[in-house]
Amino acid sequence: MPTSLKTAPRSAKRRISVPRSIVPWLFLAVPLALLITFTFIPVANMFWYSFTSWNGISKDKDVVGLSNYIDLFTRPELFRVFFVSLYYFAASFVQMALALYFATILSFSTRFRNLFKGILFFPYLINGVAIGFTFLYFFRPGGTLDAGLELLGLGDHQQFWLGNPDIINFSLAGTSVWRYMGLNFVLFLGAIQSVSPSLYEAAELDGAGRWAQFRYIILPSIKPIVSLSFILAISGSLAVFEIPYIMTGGANGSKTFVIQTIDMAFEYRKVGLASAMAVVLLFIVLLITWIQRRIVPDEKVNLT
Amino acid sequence: MRIRTVTAMAAMTGLTLAIAGCSGSDDGTNTPAPDSTGGQASEITGDITVLTQRTDIVDTIFADYKTQFEELYPGVNVTFEAITDYEGEVTTRMSTDDYGDVLLIPNSVKASDLPDFFEPLGTVEELSQTYRFITTEQNYDGLSYGIAITGNASGLVYNKRVWDEAGVSELPTTPEEFIAALQMIKDNTDAIPLYTNYADGWPLTQWESNRCEITANPNCVNELAETDAPWTEGSDHYVIDSLIYDAVAAGLTEPDPTTTNWEQSKGDLGDGTIATMALGSWAIVQMQDAATDAADIGYLPFPVQVDGAFHSVISGDYKNAINVNSDNKAAARAWIDWFADESGYATDQGGIAPRIDGPTPDTLADFAAADVQYIELTPAPEGKESLVNDIDQAGEIGLWAPDYRQRIVDAARGARDESKQDIFDDLNSRWASARAQVAG
Repeated sequence: MPTSLKTAPRSAKRRISVPRSIVPWLFLAVPLALLITFTFIPVANMFWYSFTSWNGISKDKDVVGLSNYIDLFTRPELFRVFFVSLYYFAASFVQMALALYFATILSFSTRFRNLFKGILFFPYLINGVAIGFTFLYFFRPGGTLDAGLELLGLGDHQQFWLGNPDIINFSLAGTSVWRYMGLNFVLFLGAIQSVSPSLYEAAELDGAGRWAQFRYIILPSIKPIVSLSFILAISGSLAVFEIPYIMTGGANGSKTFVIQTIDMAFEYRKVGLASAMAVVLLFIVLLITWIQRRIVPDEKVNLT
Repeated sequence: MRIRTVTAMAAMTGLTLAIAGCSGSDDGTNTPAPDSTGGQASEITGDITVLTQRTDIVDTIFADYKTQFEELYPGVNVTFEAITDYEGEVTTRMSTDDYGDVLLIPNSVKASDLPDFFEPLGTVEELSQTYRFITTEQNYDGLSYGIAITGNASGLVYNKRVWDEAGVSELPTTPEEFIAALQMIKDNTDAIPLYTNYADGWPLTQWESNRCEITANPNCVNELAETDAPWTEGSDHYVIDSLIYDAVAAGLTEPDPTTTNWEQSKGDLGDGTIATMALGSWAIVQMQDAATDAADIGYLPFPVQVDGAFHSVISGDYKNAINVNSDNKAAARAWIDWFADESGYATDQGGIAPRIDGPTPDTLADFAAADVQYIELTPAPEGKESLVNDIDQAGEIGLWAPDYRQRIVDAARGARDESKQDIFDDLNSRWASARAQVAG
């Protein structure tokens, strides 16, 4: 009520007294609720399904113990698809190198730098499905890529970019680089811009060139971000899904572990086995991350 | 395509759930049936949500159905929910209670799971007097759970003009003649003789519906459960898959199968860029709609004759069923009966009417002219309703999945280092061990 509102400040300030220790939890309540609902409960369910022979529909789920895991580890062909991940893993190095290159250049005062930043980050904002379809047109015979080659007089180099089993994974990994480079780029750029400008100034006074500045100032300062990107690259390339699934559905030798898991669950209705595959993938990613952290320990960066 | 979200519906009170079986005693399909459930139409009340896969016509043709139906049953209010990824979304939603009142039974539901999710519509014996496809599809333990929305014949859609221009005058009666006809199309026209629709995947599964035509044996599916080698020379699967392999190997399909596009292929068949595609008869109307001249679109039987006659397997499309958790089962039942008996959906869509006494669609005039014999498959023996399916899934073969036919296409065009026989041997050995596993 307006009247009572007006009088309110006059009265003694009413404070809800909350014990200090609870305050952070109140702030955390919403994100934690979301995290538990949409991450932990589904993961817990996945663990549970992996011990059943559920077909994804039936009301009853028969517990079969470890038989899904035994089945999985006695079928090496199910792990052969990780070979495809190597293409994406290799591509992620190209992606990081490009991102680092652009981030460094655009951190110096370059003409139109904001425009270029926008252009480079833009693909990451586009919906993955739209990218999949765009690149389908790009790669199809007589599509954008072939037309471009024709224009450049390189018509002889036209290929079945997705039809040739030796090329398809390069095409798909290339699409992946195009899509995700923007994210790496922004991460690197942010890290580079947090380097104190006085360092560059001092370096310039000492006669350091751009390369020396990169080598001795930028790279060491952004090492934690590079190592984070590296972890993301590994787990990302093991769990590649979106781009090959939309563009080829895993056909013609582009099947990845996640696509295979999806097929297992929804085509052959082996949700139990598929859950076991997902659990195994989770542990592989955790293991690799752990190994990587042991080899390259986190160190505090201190240039000053 | 638009997907409507529908909030949970308030249950109407005082509704008795007495559902008397709808006897098929009334004659034609045009007379209204106000008295189909033993009570007056006005006594049936309630709101029902109807799930449909037809995102394209939900706001047009289905809106008309709603008007007509609600005139007959003033107490019922129908809401549609059209779903693009029907199979995927509905199978997930079935783990809750909220999956509409009337829905199409997803194909991946096992026969033995039907009673958990759907209300029985009547005994197989009784319903099969009136409706097609009752005895073979979506029934369990003598009870039927769904009535087909329409029925399909299997075969291949083709562009008659292109085939004429190529100089093919007779319908091919053997796979060899079919390949020769495709070769003539390749030599004499600019059309792609046979389009696989490889990239979309599911169109490749349409070949599967031609099984049992090669041997003209309505029991061929059940016999799959009795053999260790479905891909043996002369068998249905051997002939169908060899035809795909040979056509691709001879370069009679699209140059790069991995970038095909289903939506575009409809227009391409219509304007003669594509000559032939293997699709069920449901596709004929869609192809005619996309064609410049609908008369160009024709329907071919699978190129095999047994005793001098072509054969085509007819089977039900999706089946309308009642959610076992529905609060308005009487209204849901009234909708299903009305949809099968009165709506004319099957005929409008060029399909075979679900009623046995329903009309034959114009789309199959080509089949009538070629005197194609229709085959309705033999029901699975009791207790073995899902046996073939179980073997298929245990062996991860996927008779109704695109994967192994994509593999055949890849091998045929030289993108995989294996021969046709290698693939068949592998499929046979997987089938045999899956069969042993399921039996064991």
